[in-house]
Amino acid sequence: MRTYLTRNFDNPAARTIEGYEKAGGYQAARKALSLPPDAVIREVKDANLRGRGGAGFPAGIKWAFLPKDDRPRWLVVNADEGEPGTFKDRRLLENDPHQLLEGIVITSYAIRAGTAVIYVRGELEAAARCLESAIGEAKAKGYIGPTCFGGAHALDVIVHRGAGAYICGEETALLESLEGKRGEPRLRPPFPAMVGAFGNPTIINNVETTCAVPSIIAMGGKAYAELGVPMEGGTRIFCVSGHVLRPGLYELPVGTNLKSIIFDVAGGIRGGRALKAVFPGGSSTPVLRPEEIDVSCCIDGLHAAGSMIGSAAIVVMDDTTCMVRVAWRLARFYRNESCGQCTPCREGTWWLEQALTRIEYGTGTTEDIAIAVRACEGMLGTTICAFSDAAAMGVGSYLQKFREEFERHVSEGRCPFHSRFTSNWESS
Amino acid sequence: MGWTPSGRVVKRADELVPLYPDAGAACIPLLHEIQAEAGFVPEEAVAWVARRLAVPRSRVAGVVSFYTMLRTGKIGRHHLELCTNVSCSLCGSEVLLSEIEKELGIKAGETTKDGLFTLSEVECLATCGMGPAMQVGDTIHEQLTPQKVRDIIQNLKRAG
Repeated sequence: MRTYLTRNFDNPAARTIEGYEKAGGYQAARKALSLPPDAVIREVKDANLRGRGGAGFPAGIKWAFLPKDDRPRWLVVNADEGEPGTFKDRRLLENDPHQLLEGIVITSYAIRAGTAVIYVRGELEAAARCLESAIGEAKAKGYIGPTCFGGAHALDVIVHRGAGAYICGEETALLESLEGKRGEPRLRPPFPAMVGAFGNPTIINNVETTCAVPSIIAMGGKAYAELGVPMEGGTRIFCVSGHVLRPGLYELPVGTNLKSIIFDVAGGIRGGRALKAVFPGGSSTPVLRPEEIDVSCCIDGLHAAGSMIGSAAIVVMDDTTCMVRVAWRLARFYRNESCGQCTPCREGTWWLEQALTRIEYGTGTTEDIAIAVRACEGMLGTTICAFSDAAAMGVGSYLQKFREEFERHVSEGRCPFHSRFTSNWESS
Repeated sequence: MGWTPSGRVVKRADELVPLYPDAGAACIPLLHEIQAEAGFVPEEAVAWVARRLAVPRSRVAGVVSFYTMLRTGKIGRHHLELCTNVSCSLCGSEVLLSEIEKELGIKAGETTKDGLFTLSEVECLATCGMGPAMQVGDTIHEQLTPQKVRDIIQNLKRAG
């Protein structure tokens, strides 16, 4: 299959502006800047580009939400990649920084934003440095600056590093963090399009979403839409990890079958073992059992299967995996990362972790299973942001679909599996 | 006398503040700079940042306590940050954790007596396809095995 987002991943020369241009880069930006901004938005609407960060909102429609007033507009690119199982942004930033910058030039022109901020997860220091050097190159060539490509569009791009907080991937927490505060999500409305960064109208897009924009302009929105499924166009990067033979990043058309990604593309389960469970879109998406994976990997397909496409992070677990331990790990992660602002989330994640720790380590009772289930129920729809729902839906799905394993832990008074996850070097 | 800002930190603040419509936004980048120099964020630095950015001291202190990467105390020269989130755990990082604990004689969250190593369990490092992964300073080590981990520790010990 032809690749778009990842086409330069094996071309190290493309990390410099000369190499990127030699591979056809910045042609889409020249083309876009010769069109009226609304025509650029039209192409992105035609492309059916849906946000790749997890929420899946149509990008072109989001762009058209900005109010028609004279406040300065901001573009914020969310590079706070942290959803467990997701590892595409790091590669997009490090291996092809100019693709992102080209997407930023086009997007900022379309929405008439004069400032773009790339909010990079604090831990990704190397990626932030790649971006800074790429911005320097683009400024030297006049592609970014007071007159982008010699035209009327003025753009400044700032790389802003976070400092280690999963919640800052939530767009309003990200804005708080950008403004130099604790990453505590904001109440909506007002939505960021009305009141975003520093009180200004702001569009926030994921790295992968922004990286798709140059290809859309280059090939035309309609042609891009045809790569995917109706209502969701293009390709996306699937992050496959866990117990598969060939973990890695795979750019595939939106709507590719989940079973085929696991068994054909990623080579199936390691050591000829049997599949036990998959979470299809990061740890916040409900887990699927083996009989549930014959589905189309798109927003609607996974929704119909009772899960979500999320960030397209597919984590595969074989039959040696203890589902209680996975649920416990996730509960610990959510308890660690809850910002603490809303009581149901702050307390719920704590109770969930406590109950699951007792069950996994052999002192749990049937009451602990009930506590965990009740904690999840209390966390749904009761908080400012979706973090609490994500924790409850993710961890709750293990309690629901693998209930027998929780009950076995309680009745046997121990973990019936290998005490820890078996490693590749032990199993092979 | 405790911490005073270095020339570099003062200059960095002068560069950062005009970038944003609100000086307070320079808080996290400035704290990164301070920590890179001092190894952690000293209490005096919190007060200095607050004054420099004209924000309440409680706000800066709140930021320092909120973000995992910002520290208020010294740690070892080499910070071993092992991912034990799901993908890395599935590929054996729990086994590696006990290997490292045995090798260094400390538990996760502790620092060796000689001040050389601090060991931490961290959440997803966004390199799940190459797990188990461990970050040491700004280097990421991937597809780790017990042998590779022992080699990394030996090399760091030799480097001092």
